[in-house]
Amino acid sequence: MQVQLRIRRYNPEKDKSAYWGEYTLNDANSNDSVLDLLHRVKWEIDGTLALRRSCAHGVCGSDAMRINGANGLACKTLVARLAEKGSSTVKIQIEPILGLKVLKDLIVDMDPFFEHYKSVQPFFINDTPAPENGRERLQSIEDRARFDDTTKCILCAACTTSCPTFWANGRYVGPAAIVQAHRFIFDSRDNGASERLQVVGDTFGVWRCRTVFNCTNACPREIEVTRAIAEVKAALVSGEL
Amino acid sequence: MAKVQTHTFDAVIVGAGGAGLMAALYASKGANVAVLSKLYPTRSHTGAAQGGIGAALGNSEEDHWEWHAYDTVKGSDYLADQDAVDVLCKEAIDTVIELELMGLPFDRFPDGSISQRRFGGHTNNDTGKPVTRACHAADRTGHMILQTLYQQCIKNNVNFYDEFHVVDLIRVDDTVRGVVAIEIATGEFHIFHSKAVLFATGGWGRCWEVTSNAHSLTGDGPAICLRRGIPLEDMEFFQFHPTGIYKLGILITEGVRGEGGVLINGEGERFMAKPEYAPNIKDLASRDVVSRAIYLEVMAGRGINGKNYVHLDITPETVNRYFEEEGSERRIDRAYIEAKLPDIADFTRTYLGVDPVTEPMPVQPTAHYGMGGIPTDIDGCVVLDSSNKVLPGMYAAGETACVSVHGANRLGTNSLVDLVVFGRRTGVHMASFCQETALLPLPENAADEVMASFEAMLKTEKGIKPHELRKAMQTTMTANVSVFRTEETMSKAMKDLAELRADFQNVVVEDKGKQFNSDLLETWELGCLLELAEVTAVSALARPESRGAHARDDFPDRNDEEWLRHSFCHKEGDSYRLDYKPVTLGRYEPKPRVY
Repeated sequence: MQVQLRIRRYNPEKDKSAYWGEYTLNDANSNDSVLDLLHRVKWEIDGTLALRRSCAHGVCGSDAMRINGANGLACKTLVARLAEKGSSTVKIQIEPILGLKVLKDLIVDMDPFFEHYKSVQPFFINDTPAPENGRERLQSIEDRARFDDTTKCILCAACTTSCPTFWANGRYVGPAAIVQAHRFIFDSRDNGASERLQVVGDTFGVWRCRTVFNCTNACPREIEVTRAIAEVKAALVSGEL
Repeated sequence: MAKVQTHTFDAVIVGAGGAGLMAALYASKGANVAVLSKLYPTRSHTGAAQGGIGAALGNSEEDHWEWHAYDTVKGSDYLADQDAVDVLCKEAIDTVIELELMGLPFDRFPDGSISQRRFGGHTNNDTGKPVTRACHAADRTGHMILQTLYQQCIKNNVNFYDEFHVVDLIRVDDTVRGVVAIEIATGEFHIFHSKAVLFATGGWGRCWEVTSNAHSLTGDGPAICLRRGIPLEDMEFFQFHPTGIYKLGILITEGVRGEGGVLINGEGERFMAKPEYAPNIKDLASRDVVSRAIYLEVMAGRGINGKNYVHLDITPETVNRYFEEEGSERRIDRAYIEAKLPDIADFTRTYLGVDPVTEPMPVQPTAHYGMGGIPTDIDGCVVLDSSNKVLPGMYAAGETACVSVHGANRLGTNSLVDLVVFGRRTGVHMASFCQETALLPLPENAADEVMASFEAMLKTEKGIKPHELRKAMQTTMTANVSVFRTEETMSKAMKDLAELRADFQNVVVEDKGKQFNSDLLETWELGCLLELAEVTAVSALARPESRGAHARDDFPDRNDEEWLRHSFCHKEGDSYRLDYKPVTLGRYEPKPRVY
């Protein structure tokens, strides 16, 4: 099938402003991923196209992009999903994720995103002595299940950069950082909940969330992000985990 | 030459996967450390590891680290060094406990202990039956390890230089002085001046067409070593994982078979049970054995619909039928699969439109893991030759290193064990080395040579596209240096690769800019891959026997008398020289390998 690609291009060394690059691939397959198509453009048509990617199967989180107006991983978005029924031509528009500065083509500055991530103390806190028998801490299957969903996060930023609140104000800590906070707050082994709740309960924390659900829709790992945010809000209100 | 920024540290760690991060945590305790990665650390391919990390915790049944050691040695087809294997399996236990104490969210057994599952080649040594040894977090164990280690690095304020692509090692005689890196965002060259350097750069699966490896796995560390006079060990042994998604190569964890999944050929047979393959542990035989079986079934016309793939079946209907036949009480259902193998279900639904709960998955062997690599001792110290002469200050760990604990074929779960066990040992050794050693001066113009090579690459205006060369390399490696090899196929690969190396002189980089010039960096990576492909073919052609992942149609038997030894491939000018060192044996005498 034919794919018509519109790719948002910007090279800071040459371009005053961003523009749309248009490319046509005549022999694409319906099970090609958007990353496959971008590679074909880069490798066969225009070597200057810049994007991040690594694993190519949705686990490393490098290639979050805005694809036909919705955030997703390029490597996990297949042409078939973007095709209109009955049409032999697929039109795909690809832009960098929003809310972070574009550095070149599809590459954005991820530093603010990782700063928000780091602000929630995204690491296990438990200063009590390890078990004396030299073995692991025990955790029930139920306690482990309590935070399973948020352990899946790959820090791709698809959620945070789909959030209107984040677009409006980049100081909002954003869904991804809250997901990370959730992963530890609801881990029965972790003792850092109160410090983390303080961070996410702050002015630029969870209360900025307007439950738009963009984050949940954008998550390539199918994490129920909005629910995780709601659970953190509930913990803040009730003081209970 | 343009101005080069210089940074000074005690130690520089290149690569931020499991080995690099574990080493960083330990080295940071006694030295000023920088971690350089060409990616963001959480993008590293450790995160793609699925099924589990092996450790004889014995949480659900009897197990011993010595059993793990025997399985590892047998899995290696007796090429692993048994002193190193002892370290691996003994320290696996407290390293896994350490990961749990760092907060790693392992799945749990009902008693709250770490959940363990069966995995290929891991057995109860008394009964020969599969044993539950793979500690896991659903089917994203590697993801959890990578995240946990990165989290700990943040907690401990480790210095990261994200998106710094290391392109050279500064070596002066038998000392190292640091590395040269390109800051990807600006295209500027930087020198990291240090007492010690660790390469933890991962594998080179991108030499092949169908691979489970990330695009970034281009063997940068080993290629740089080769160019700086460090040999590569056992490069003929590259593992093909039996169950990659058909055509795409995406890994389907051995954990699927650990949970009861079976391989089925075009005639509906559970072929691994055939006497010529693995009648005892069937689908849970070592990876090399299973990959060869799939290949042979396909060659005999017994692929699915006569094509070059077979089915991996985890549907409760099939699995429970076999459980019943075997007299096992176990049963699985949809909820169990969704809980234990959620990512696998997601992959096959996304990429194939196949629901593994109701349909079998089409699979074929996929290039997966390099058993060989930069030769080291059990503390990660790089050795320069077959007499184990150490290059002080130079370290390697993880897939990029060859200790050797995997010998001719790595057992499933042991890559993750290798990362954390030898990452930790290397970090500890580096810290004490840095405390005992003074910083040696940088040579003048330390970055000039590599900068000139990049300038030369940018100057070529007319010639061949890097993509075409890469494709040609992957095609010849897949056709000729794959699950089975012969003198004829390997010679063909050598001829093709020599031509490609010549063509590489005329490769055209279209992007002449500085910022995020991935065209240029991918081309440089291609140069690394071409070299490693050649070393693989050279080392393979020189070994006239079949052992582990190196299976030769023209020499089908293992030859312990002459070939129970490790190869060392040295680059000398434009050619390669091989020499060998004996395997360190121990408790386990080589014997025929039957599963």
